[in-house]
Amino acid sequence: MTTEAIAPPPSTKSQVLRSFDVTDFPALNGLEEEWRFTPLKRLGELVTAVKLTGVAPAIEHGDLPAGVTLSHVDNADAVLTPFDRVSALAYGSADGVTLIEVAPETELAEAVVLRLVGKGGDAAAARTLVKVGAFAKVTIVLEQTGTAVLADNIEVVTADSAQLTFVTVAEWDAGAVQAQHIKLVVGKDARVQHVQVALGGDLVRQSTSVEYTGRGGDAELWGLYFADAGQHFEHRQLVDHTVPDCRSYVGYRGALQGASAKTVWVGDVLIRATATGTDTYEINRNLILTDGAIAHSVPNLEIETGEVAGAGHASATGRFDDEQLFYLMARGIPEGEARKLVVRGFFAELLNKIPVEELRERLGDAVEARLAEYTS
Amino acid sequence: MSTLEIRDLQVSVKLPEGELKPILAGVDLTVKAGETHAIMGPNGSGKSTLAYSIAGHPKYQITGGSVTLDGQDVLAMTVDERARAGLFLAMQYPVEVPGVSVANFLRTAKTAIDGEAPKLRTWAGELRGAMEKLQMDPAFAQRNVNEGFSGGEKKRHEIMQLELLKPKVAILDETDSGLDIDALRIVSEGVNRVRETGETGLLLITHYTRILRYIKPDFVHVFVAGKIVEQGGPELSEQLEAEGYERYVAARA
Repeated sequence: MTTEAIAPPPSTKSQVLRSFDVTDFPALNGLEEEWRFTPLKRLGELVTAVKLTGVAPAIEHGDLPAGVTLSHVDNADAVLTPFDRVSALAYGSADGVTLIEVAPETELAEAVVLRLVGKGGDAAAARTLVKVGAFAKVTIVLEQTGTAVLADNIEVVTADSAQLTFVTVAEWDAGAVQAQHIKLVVGKDARVQHVQVALGGDLVRQSTSVEYTGRGGDAELWGLYFADAGQHFEHRQLVDHTVPDCRSYVGYRGALQGASAKTVWVGDVLIRATATGTDTYEINRNLILTDGAIAHSVPNLEIETGEVAGAGHASATGRFDDEQLFYLMARGIPEGEARKLVVRGFFAELLNKIPVEELRERLGDAVEARLAEYTS
Repeated sequence: MSTLEIRDLQVSVKLPEGELKPILAGVDLTVKAGETHAIMGPNGSGKSTLAYSIAGHPKYQITGGSVTLDGQDVLAMTVDERARAGLFLAMQYPVEVPGVSVANFLRTAKTAIDGEAPKLRTWAGELRGAMEKLQMDPAFAQRNVNEGFSGGEKKRHEIMQLELLKPKVAILDETDSGLDIDALRIVSEGVNRVRETGETGLLLITHYTRILRYIKPDFVHVFVAGKIVEQGGPELSEQLEAEGYERYVAARA
């Protein structure tokens, strides 16, 4: 059990190397600040290769509603300039771009559900671009299952006043490895809620970066992860406030159980001198359910202006609260059931951000089922 | 008719360093269904230890004596088994359970205690009725257990559970503490409703006599330094009101 709050490194997050060419990045040795928690060996080719040649799993979907299109294009203007080696590798290796477009003013009551089913094979790369038009209001769910060794970049651009809820679920099979970068561009008065769920896979490392293009942008990044024995889940956020009067909230929660279950959360928030009136908060909480699990939690906040509406961070990692357990058991509830209640409650705030009831229930059940593995 | 029998109960608290600090020095007490007992004593006398060790809190270790409910060995039971056997503890500081709604919690507890899920049709009405009687807003059922509750709300929630779960013996740990007079009246009315059923034995633990003006005890026990030092009827609480605990504490010095 580790909680760290370290001083920002001498060169700030705003000055990191950015390039589309993987060879511009030095070879990784695991000592780099960005990689020190990651077991590089398990990333295999995603770290060592300069080109990935496997076939990336295709995005599957049912009938798309009016206003939403999905196509495969050879190229598209870059929204993300990769700032780590694996992201650059994914950029250079991806065979074209899966383009998802939501027409302006499209308002959908039902979520658009996209499924990515890995079928094994060689390490592969993918690039996805999501464009949400002005005043559109949609929920997009991306479910990632099966098995794969995948490096991918997802670029999401919301136009002015768009409202997007973007739910990404990593429910990979055992053996899967993923290094993903999600870039969110928030338009003027646009609102993006990202819910990132990691339950399955051997190693899942997901970076999320946020940029604003106009005042009044609002980004909420919610994360839920549950690591079992041997799993490594890593989540890094970089919220770059360059525009005045924007808001961000980062709330990640994780549970860990079993030998060498490991999670990493690193939340970076930058408030540049130009970003007056920024309102930001980031919090990470981890629940360690058994001995042998390790949660790293590192919040970083760099503030270059005194004129902020709010800026704060918090991190808490702890064991199961025996007093909660006693209270529930004192009302006749058996221990196993009491534990389920507490853990489901721990994740309730996050699950409630998912506007799709069926998915919400399924993920809640999945969390409970995980718990049952360690309690009789 | 149910009976809780406590015989020569000796309990130590487990200190963080692993040492044991003796608290209860041989407690004898019998509580029968329909009876109301008050345990009164100065701070630090071990009243709460008695309550929590009977409920099975892991912080306490039983070092001697016995506790039985209708002849069943309570001390051999897990915390949840004790509750299902018919014991209830209204806590002084009930903990928050984030993300778990009152409605969900109560339904789960009721199901565990009764051994079957309450009938959907009647349960909603029963819950609403219990909340109305304790003057709680219906929206309360959707709030998370004890999260952001005022002191009065926490105690009303505890007494609501007492009414819904219908235990054989209930221990109320300092239920009056932190309550203003209106809340105390509402909470006491709830306890008295349970009392009037004649089916629950009540053990009120209190430092002050205030709550005993609303809930009349049949028996009063004075608790000092981990044991009962005097017993009597309701008149004993009036005497304590006038004289305080000095006499008992001084007698030990």
